[in-house]
Amino acid sequence: MINKNQILQNSRQLGTLIGLFIVILIFWLLSPYFFSTSNLVNILLQSSINAIIAVGMTYVIITAGIDLSVGSIMAFSAVILASAMQSGIGVPIAILISLIVGTLCGLSNGLLISYGMLPPFIATLGMMSIARGAALLVTQGKPISGFSPEFRFLATGEILSIPFPVILMIIIYIAAHIILKKTLLGRYTYAIGGNEEASHLSGINTKIIKTTVYGISGLLSGFAGVILTARLNSAQPIAGIMYELDAIAAVVIGGTSLLGGEGKISGTLIGALIMGVLRNGLNLLGVSSFVQQIVIGVVIIIAVLVDMILKKRKK
Amino acid sequence: MNSKIPDNIVLKVSKVCKRFPGVKALDNVDFELREGEVHVLLGENGAGKSTLVKIISGAIPLSGGVISLFENEVVIKSPKHAQEMGIATIYQELNLIPSLSASENIFLGRETTNRFGLIKKINLLSSSRRILEDLGLEIDCQVQVKNFGIAQQQMIEVAKALSMNARILIMDEPTSALSETEIQLLFKTIRRLTKKGVSVIYISHRLNELFEIGDRVTVLRDGKLIGTKRIVETTKDELIKMMVNRDLREHYPKLKTDSGKEVLRVEKLSSKGKLKNISFVVNECEILGIAGLLGSGRTELARAVFAADKFDSGKIFIRGKLQTLKSPRAVIKNGIGFVTEDRKAQGLILSLSVKENITLSSLKSFSKFGFINFKKEKEKADRFINEIKIKAINADQIVYYLSGGNQQKVALAKWLCMESNVLIFDEPTRGIDIGSKIEIYSLMNRLKSEGAAIIMISSELPELIGMCDRIIVMHRHQIAGEVSSSEATQETIMRYAVGA
Ligand SMILES: Nc1ncnc2c1ncn2[C@@H]1O[C@H](COP(=O)(O)OP(=O)(O)OP(=O)(O)O)[C@@H](O)[C@H]1O
Ligand SMILES: [Mg+2]
Repeated sequence: MINKNQILQNSRQLGTLIGLFIVILIFWLLSPYFFSTSNLVNILLQSSINAIIAVGMTYVIITAGIDLSVGSIMAFSAVILASAMQSGIGVPIAILISLIVGTLCGLSNGLLISYGMLPPFIATLGMMSIARGAALLVTQGKPISGFSPEFRFLATGEILSIPFPVILMIIIYIAAHIILKKTLLGRYTYAIGGNEEASHLSGINTKIIKTTVYGISGLLSGFAGVILTARLNSAQPIAGIMYELDAIAAVVIGGTSLLGGEGKISGTLIGALIMGVLRNGLNLLGVSSFVQQIVIGVVIIIAVLVDMILKKRKK
Repeated sequence: MNSKIPDNIVLKVSKVCKRFPGVKALDNVDFELREGEVHVLLGENGAGKSTLVKIISGAIPLSGGVISLFENEVVIKSPKHAQEMGIATIYQELNLIPSLSASENIFLGRETTNRFGLIKKINLLSSSRRILEDLGLEIDCQVQVKNFGIAQQQMIEVAKALSMNARILIMDEPTSALSETEIQLLFKTIRRLTKKGVSVIYISHRLNELFEIGDRVTVLRDGKLIGTKRIVETTKDELIKMMVNRDLREHYPKLKTDSGKEVLRVEKLSSKGKLKNISFVVNECEILGIAGLLGSGRTELARAVFAADKFDSGKIFIRGKLQTLKSPRAVIKNGIGFVTEDRKAQGLILSLSVKENITLSSLKSFSKFGFINFKKEKEKADRFINEIKIKAINADQIVYYLSGGNQQKVALAKWLCMESNVLIFDEPTRGIDIGSKIEIYSLMNRLKSEGAAIIMISSELPELIGMCDRIIVMHRHQIAGEVSSSEATQETIMRYAVGA
């Protein structure tokens, strides 16, 4: 038997998906080049960084938290990776180090929030500044460029003409979806976002779960840093500014409530793709980046408005 | 009791229907309210009482039917609209804003402002004080509401409703969190209001109450109207029969068992301002009652034992072993479960399903490598849904949409699923209908006969006397006395409870 909440949840998903198709349709009509295979692959490639960061953001927002530090952590991990490789450390080890650095930044957020009782907004705001400063300090403010072809293969390589970053993104989404739906960690993430006090009194170790969730967000930001560095063949200490807002936008457009307790990974993917399609399509049409900002803002607001109207109808 | 019923009809509801996806919560219900009467709505959990009341108060739209107010047909568009037409409502679930003060809550949305649009705080304060004083309450209106206990919050809700000078006052289970003294206070207020011509719709599962306060009673079952009676012309047994469609007596199926080994021992537990020097023992196959007035420290005691709050000194032994358990998680692992008094804030994850709530604590036991075994989870949840008759569309229904009593059952099922053998029940039958109450009592007895140790905190003395083997009575954060079931009477318990 299907129950009404599943129908509603799915109708929300369906709504976002329809939104995506509408946007695609509009650009298809307006620009002949838009619907070519190479451009569609390009959109996926361009969306992959934001999409990967938004996965961690989804987890965090389901716990009723927020992570403002993702962009800075990404940049910090990227410059750590770059300087490690420059100093002659092998590619796999360098990647591992940068992922560890990203994870540690995320875990620190989690510890400050869980054990230091800081509001997530404050803790991650602090980390946003610290990680950015650290990235600038490590590089003295200058980008590090030029890496070995093996490393760049991470971004240039492809399977069946699908670029690696897109494949990695898909793998991450599948894993994140399974973890959220099928594991204790996922269930507890929803429970904490729904009611932290009741979760605590039910015997859930809320502090460890929350710390883990922020750790995951840090790890994925680090991962995004690795891919970005490979793609650009350069690590910039000022990369990823405002990425937190793009990630939050993807999550929110995807139907996850900022109040916590509900949300879906698949929604976030659609949300990230909507953002990607918008950017790409508007670029093709030669719309200025100033106007693009306005359009994206409007889309975010419409998405949430529609969501709220749907929720009201539930009553 | 006001046995003479005036005839002016202030509210008439005809053929009202309300459909939710999957349920027909109201099916052609007629209901009328006369001037100055207390009209009780009665029915099992999920019968549709709250739904009816929510429609009248504008909280939800109706799917069919007509409402006339003061002989005019009306469409009630929103709670605010209802208030403007003289209908004030106290909902089953508290609706105060925790971070605002009592007075700010009372006048929320109706603040008087000066010509710069700033709130006139003085007016707010003095008016709130007057209302609270009228109610006989000693509540500091400048304190944030979150610092008050659930009973005081309930009284603030009453004050809020009164401040609207309503012609019709709706109360959905106002007494479920109150103790005898406060209930009497509330009744006094209700009587004063009805004398002034205010009409009251009153929902409660406590049958005794309605004979004390009600003029007429309307019984609903499965969303259908069963009938309306004058209180003086009916009996408890008749009402129960109307409600559940079978004969059922309100009784306590007390089970005599020999109590077994000591399971939980608390020694000299103290916590500043909350608990003073508390010692007691609970054994296997035993139900220990904890009586006391509101604020006497009963819930604080439960929370301290459950490691939800820290305590300053004292020892807790479980099965003879001294425990230094730091978190509820560790306590739960030792087989202790805690059904909290405030299910919405502490007991349930309202956004999760019935199944997910039931298995929340025990999830690890049917997971492997962190992956949940959904088949086992569903089996477990379904078992308890059937066993304690939780009324839900299915195991996947979100708990938020269950009726109050069924939510309580879900909160309880969580611990049954965990197979806890020491259970602390804080007001376990609050808001639960009589049939389910008896089911829960039998369940407690079954657990008891299977060797569980049960601590039952309750404000309903007949229930304590009927169910418990021993009762300790708390007064001002300490134990004032202990009575055994054979010598327990309401009088002896009350004497200890008020410290006489
Ligand atoms: N928003 C909703 N969506 C779906 N079903 C609902 C919703 N609200 C109530 N119901 C269902 O409607 C029925 C009537 O619920 P209602 O809350 O009116 O019961 P009640 O008589 O007040 O019970 P209780 O004594 O437990 O408070 C129940 O089966 C309940 O699950
Ligand atoms: Mg109700």
